Parts: sequence; C-alpha cells; structure tokens
Amino acid sequence: MGDGGEIGMQEVKAHALLTNEVGLHARPSVKLTQLAKRFASTVEIAIAADGPWTDAKSPVKIMRVKAAKGETLFMRANGTDAEAAVSALADLVNRKFDEE
Amino acid sequence: MSEQKNVGIVIVSHSAKVAEGAADMVRQMVGDSVPLAAVGGNADGGLGTDVGAIMGAIDKAWSESGVAILVDLGGAETNSEMAVEMMPEERRERIVICNAPLVEGAVMAATEASGGSPLAAVRATAEELMGG
Repeated sequence: MGDGGEIGMQEVKAHALLTNEVGLHARPSVKLTQLAKRFASTVEIAIAADGPWTDAKSPVKIMRVKAAKGETLFMRANGTDAEAAVSALADLVNRKFDEE
Repeated sequence: MSEQKNVGIVIVSHSAKVAEGAADMVRQMVGDSVPLAAVGGNADGGLGTDVGAIMGAIDKAWSESGVAILVDLGGAETNSEMAVEMMPEERRERIVICNAPLVEGAVMAATEASGGSPLAAVRATAEELMGG
C-alpha cells in the first residue's frame, strides 16, 4: 500500500499549530477522533510534513501521538469530502479544541 | 448520527467509586451520545460485583447495536459473563466483554461508539490498548 491515494481521489492537506496548553492530550485526542469520524474520507495526521501518518479516526493511535503545544499538526485526507475534513480538523486545532 | 443506535458501554468495577469515576471521565471526555451505565460493589455495599446489578447496568445501557462491557479484576469478569448468560438469548450475541483496562478502555470504547461504529469495532478499539 503506497500513500499516494486511490485513482480519482484527491488528497487534501493542511496544517495547524497546536496552541492550546495541553497539546494533543487525552480530551483533545477524543475530540479530534470524533470529528474525523464524521467524514467518509480517510483522514490522517502527523507531527511532521512527511509523516509518519496516523489514522485520525483511531482514538487509541491518536492518543499515542502525544503532540505538545508549539508543535505543528499536519493533516491529510483522501476522498469525496477530503477538503471539508482537513479544514474541519484544522479549525478544531485553531479553536484550541474549544477548551480555552 | 442517530444517537440511539450507538453501541452502549457498561463499566463493571469491584468499587462503586471506581465505576462512577470512570463513568464521569467517559461523560466528560466523550459526551452523552453513548448509552452508559456503571456498576460497582456487592449487594451489601462492600467491594465486589453483583450479577443482578450488572444485568441492570446492561439493561440501562442497552442499544440495538449492542453493549460493550469493561471490567476490572477477576470476579468482575466472571460475574459479567454470568450476567450475559442470563440475558435474553436474542441479546446475548450483541454483548461483549472487552479485554482492556477499565478506565482507558471505557473512554476509548465510548469514543469509538460515539462515531457510530459497530460493536466489533468498539471492542477492537478498546482491546487495541493491550496491543502495546
């Protein structure tokens, strides 16, 4: 399995700076996962532009990413609602996960 | 998301306080979109688990999509198994006991359930915690 996406599918990328105090901690991880699950596209995040990529719909895997405040969260999505998915995720991060 | 169809979560601990505390964490972190019940302590109010109380918790958290049970130590598991066996036959195959740590498993399972995932996926997510 490469990471180039399926034929006909457009990969959409975005990134956002983690500015909330706790970073991608337990509760933000849950929120991110819940949001990602609303989209049909595959949604992944990483803490570097070139990965490794983590399935944003997996609460256990996202909890293990442990990104801290000041790190940049990279996101990418593949599928019909990829654009909406990455912008929603970036928006959640920019809103500090609605926690502050 | 149709909330009534989300898999339910049951927390079974030897301690009522542990069960309640774990349920509090699930509600605060995941929200109210998942049917949730917590039960702990024996019939005398001491530490232990009670088959009847576990059955009541399964009823309370019941969803047509099924129920995932998180347990702590030995007796919680065996009494949960007994409770499942005593449930109506048509419900039994929609009840699973997860091999996962109680608190973390409950939060992870509820997170998975809140996205509308089927019972097998909810269980797999909780059990993924044991995978290192």
